[in-house]
Amino acid sequence: MSKHYIIGVFGDEEPLLEAVKEVRASGTRIHEVYTPFPVHGLDELLGYKRSRLPKAAFLFGCLGFTLAITMQTWMLGIDWPMNIGGKPALAWPDFVPVSFELTVLITALGMVGTYLVACDFIPGNEAKMPDLRVTSDKFCMAIERDGTNAAAVTSLLNKLGAEEVHEKELEL
Amino acid sequence: MYESPIRRPLITGETSYAKITEDIAQTVEGKPTKWWYLGFIVSVAALGLWFLTVGYLLFTGVGVWGLNKTVDWGWDITNFVWWVGIGHAGTLISAILLLFRQKWRTAVNRSAEAMTIFAVICAGSYPLLHAGRPWVIYWVFPLPNTYGSLWANFNSPLLWDVFAISTYLTVSVVFWYVGLIPDLATIRDRATGLRRKIYGFFSFGWNGSAKAWQRFESVSLILAGLATPLVLSVHTIVSMDFATSVIPGWHTTIFPPYFVAGAVFSGFAMVLTLLIIMRKAMRLEQYITINHIDVMNKIILVTGSIVGSAYITEFFIAWYSAVPYERYAFINRAFGPYWWAYWAMMTCNVITPQLFWSQKLRRNITAVFIISIFVNIGMWFERFVIIVTSLHRDYLPSSWAMYSPSWVEIGMFIGSQGLFFTLFFLFAKFVPVIAIAEVKSVAKSSASQYIKKTADQEGVDLKELNPQVVVPQLIDQYE
Repeated sequence: MSKHYIIGVFGDEEPLLEAVKEVRASGTRIHEVYTPFPVHGLDELLGYKRSRLPKAAFLFGCLGFTLAITMQTWMLGIDWPMNIGGKPALAWPDFVPVSFELTVLITALGMVGTYLVACDFIPGNEAKMPDLRVTSDKFCMAIERDGTNAAAVTSLLNKLGAEEVHEKELEL
Repeated sequence: MYESPIRRPLITGETSYAKITEDIAQTVEGKPTKWWYLGFIVSVAALGLWFLTVGYLLFTGVGVWGLNKTVDWGWDITNFVWWVGIGHAGTLISAILLLFRQKWRTAVNRSAEAMTIFAVICAGSYPLLHAGRPWVIYWVFPLPNTYGSLWANFNSPLLWDVFAISTYLTVSVVFWYVGLIPDLATIRDRATGLRRKIYGFFSFGWNGSAKAWQRFESVSLILAGLATPLVLSVHTIVSMDFATSVIPGWHTTIFPPYFVAGAVFSGFAMVLTLLIIMRKAMRLEQYITINHIDVMNKIILVTGSIVGSAYITEFFIAWYSAVPYERYAFINRAFGPYWWAYWAMMTCNVITPQLFWSQKLRRNITAVFIISIFVNIGMWFERFVIIVTSLHRDYLPSSWAMYSPSWVEIGMFIGSQGLFFTLFFLFAKFVPVIAIAEVKSVAKSSASQYIKKTADQEGVDLKELNPQVVVPQLIDQYE
């Protein structure tokens, strides 16, 4: 659903970081910030919690490892044990490589899948962004307009070094 | 961000975020150069040869190769190991150097990773065809079947290889694509019409939000952490195909580290061969600088020295083991009928990389290009020597034999180069060959323009810095 946003466009990361600090200090809620590359410290300034993706990755890793061990043990030890020169059917050191590979495979696929779904990045999706230049050289801050804050926010952004400030109705 | 002014610049000349976008996007948006067309046509012709020889092979059977009862692994497995090895540099650059926070990786990781993917595809084609009936290749996977179910044998290193190579290919593609999404979005947002539609589809709706970047960084770091042991495991497992057998010359514990070092060594040589051509053909000299080439040469020097030490250790241990078969295998390698292959390997892999002790040669593009080709050749011979000279004279002299490739094997090898380069040329045309977002993130700390500014603020005269650190011909890079 589209809403009205006030968009501040910045030319570089330092003024942007400074502005994020000031805008948050003034009590205004920032909807989201858009940058052409990962700006370090921006997520902390915006008060974002640490991503839970590493935990998801760990769980996928446990799943992969369990699957691999169960599969090999069941196939070679239970379902069809083979007598190869009297050696044990369950030779667990031989299971290390495949267990490792499957752990890595399922962790990578699971984590990347989670990442894409969490961000709503699905093939063919429309990009929800305030300005096409944020994938090139501009840094944008989007603040939701609530009817009373428009003038104050605009002048604050201008004061903080925004190159342009405009109001747009769009879906973010 | 403060960066010591003695660091060498990674981006030379005038730069800005907009200019980085412009310079790298032009490789996708602009018309390809004459060199691109020329290279592409030659590659497609070689790819045609691949289809021809593979088609002939499939219709006739693997008997068309020069293999015999004694030498049952020849060019096919040589090429398989050679291609897999080449793949390793891409993952090393994108994963291990990310963990070590090496900024120079940003300009070369995209193309090196693409090279990895294409090299692993070429590698995979060999065991697939060696299997004889590729249409039943799914038998290698543990799938329920009507024979019992008789499952795949997890005690076999050949099966470990199936899992290692397919995981490696999948994870490399995923890692590469995750990094690619923001850059495809950059192309999308500059384009109109059909191109906007296509790049829009493949960029998954990337919007560059702070939350997306936070998750992106988290995913990149963990993928790097996963890919690092993965890349080491892949060639380790490939080496176990040999090391767990009882063939003299194969049955050694030194194989895993020796193969991994050799893989990185050959991979960097291939990266250099490709990048030296690409930076010229795509006009990217400002981003893939002589400093990048210099550091990669240092890696070649290190891994080349490891490989050289491994050759010597192997020889010594063969003598020290006092096993007559083991001793014979090594004497036969150096002085037997395949002596030329052994000495080609020794010259290309042990002597040529040592030239890189000289800074002059490390920074001379023509010399680097020639040496990189030598290393590629040398590493191919290493695999040939390990496989063919160990097999051709086994325990029973009555079954000794010689091996030479048939025209089909030669055609398939040239053809696989065609497959590799065709894919690479297509990649260079349709995908940003340099990670745009990542280069921007290091621009402030590593572009000569900004280093100069920091030095001026600090009151450091770049020209007076220790000449060991800033070589004279480098000074003008800061201007």
